[in-house]
Amino acid sequence: MAQRQRHSPYPTWFFLPAAMVYGTLFLLPTVASLWFSLTRWDLYTAHFIGLDNFRQFFSEPFLVASVGNTLIYAVLTSGLKTVLGLLLAVLLVSPIIWRGTLRTIVFFPVLVSTIGIGITFTTLMHPTRGAINLGLEVIGIDGPGWLTDPGLALISVALVDVWKGVGLATVIYMAGLVSIPTDYYEASRIDGATRSQQFWRITLPLVWPATITVVTLSLIGGLRYFELIWAMTRGGPGFASDVVASTIYKQYQAGFYGLATAGNVVLFVLIAVIVLPLSLWFNRREVQA
Amino acid sequence: MRQRRSRRPVWVGLAAMAAFLAVFVIPFWFIFLQAMKDRRGAGRLNFAWPESWHFWGNLVEVVQTRDYLLLLAFFNSILITLGAVTLLVIFASMVGFVLSRRRTRLNGVVMALVLAGLMIPPAVVPTIWVLQGLNLFKTLHGMILIQVAYGLSFSILLYRAFIAGIPRELDEAAIIDGARPWQVFLRVILPLLKPVTVTNIVVQSIGIFNDFTNPLYYLPGRENVTVQLTLFNFQSQFSSQYNLLFMNILLITIPPLIVFIFFNRQIVAGMTAGAIKG
Repeated sequence: MAQRQRHSPYPTWFFLPAAMVYGTLFLLPTVASLWFSLTRWDLYTAHFIGLDNFRQFFSEPFLVASVGNTLIYAVLTSGLKTVLGLLLAVLLVSPIIWRGTLRTIVFFPVLVSTIGIGITFTTLMHPTRGAINLGLEVIGIDGPGWLTDPGLALISVALVDVWKGVGLATVIYMAGLVSIPTDYYEASRIDGATRSQQFWRITLPLVWPATITVVTLSLIGGLRYFELIWAMTRGGPGFASDVVASTIYKQYQAGFYGLATAGNVVLFVLIAVIVLPLSLWFNRREVQA
Repeated sequence: MRQRRSRRPVWVGLAAMAAFLAVFVIPFWFIFLQAMKDRRGAGRLNFAWPESWHFWGNLVEVVQTRDYLLLLAFFNSILITLGAVTLLVIFASMVGFVLSRRRTRLNGVVMALVLAGLMIPPAVVPTIWVLQGLNLFKTLHGMILIQVAYGLSFSILLYRAFIAGIPRELDEAAIIDGARPWQVFLRVILPLLKPVTVTNIVVQSIGIFNDFTNPLYYLPGRENVTVQLTLFNFQSQFSSQYNLLFMNILLITIPPLIVFIFFNRQIVAGMTAGAIKG
């Protein structure tokens, strides 16, 4: 056995460099977070306090609200990216003029700095001087305070997130769409299927793997990231647009390391509870399809 | 895809172009315009044509701000990006190779860890604790290793999928000729990985260059500033100088733009890799 392993052309030590970096800087902190979330902690001494951090997390109204906001943000961005991405992809694989340029335009925001986009849209969404409301004024609409209205701020940021990220969903769907054999469309046309029947009966089922990728990626991203929120509202006004990831940063800044780490564990559980059953369900449907 | 000759594609294309210009291009046009204006003009935040052009003046002023902070940031960001991407390519291709070639129980564990890396949010404060223990906190090489740890999962999946398409007979022929394992990898496999390596380099370098959150946590301090953080630092300082703020945005958009122009195809290939495998 040892003899054979030494001569295996695919040696286990090839895992080693990656495993060292990944183990030390990702796995170790992840496992350690389970312990530190149960402590009062100043990075040097950790004092075990049981579930107090979690109790505190779920008794602060703004921390509880951040869990709800995270869900709203993730579901909204993921849903819009999926639907709009599919529609744009159907448009951009059909034989229209300027197709290449249009593809480039829709994808480019994906590659641009999130903070830069955030600052730009913060200016465009300014309640009185911003271009969006000035434009609405021209057609007689009194624009809302996109980022200053507590009920709207989170949704405004989510819309900018969709603006920036829909290009990625679109190219993933485009790759899925072009892999569908054209015979199916021809055969169904001969059988008298309408365009919308073709979309619901052929395109949608056969593009399922792309849907899985888009939904999973955008959902995980929407639950985890707070860059755009930080660039546009810093969680405000008040705590109206705070998500779990941004409260973790705030608790860290304030020196509540145990509480911040408990927030991390909450986020981890939140993602696991949503994404794991979803991907199991996705994969089962894929096998059936 | 669907061949049907009609006039429809022309007007659909025209309508789509109009909508795309309004929705996707105008914000970039806005950035560009403000970056060209003087302080008063940019302060109005409108789409008016610049009364006078200040491209060069704004550029020089942004670069000189806070004792050439932006140049330092570009240097740091490029160094982090180059270092991390180099290590990612080497480490991930090695893992992807063994992972796609061998069938052992260990592979199941490795795959589970790879997928966990895509899903689990990094535990930030414990990571800082580990970095401090290793004297890597607030250092550029610590930041490089963090980016490697966080980027490995994605790169490994790309390599694994690509290597699965390379016939095993190539390895076997080399082994019969007396090649050692690392020679098989280095001389036979690695040269064939060029397309997926380009994809990896392009996608990861854009991600790392644009990263904001990780430097925010793991790389505080003026001497460690990265390009995304300059924007953040200047946001308060330039609150009345939008021309400079938008010039800064314009400048840090240039590297991804260049990469995009040259590697458009690879970026799309890399980002869609997961979509067709199902």
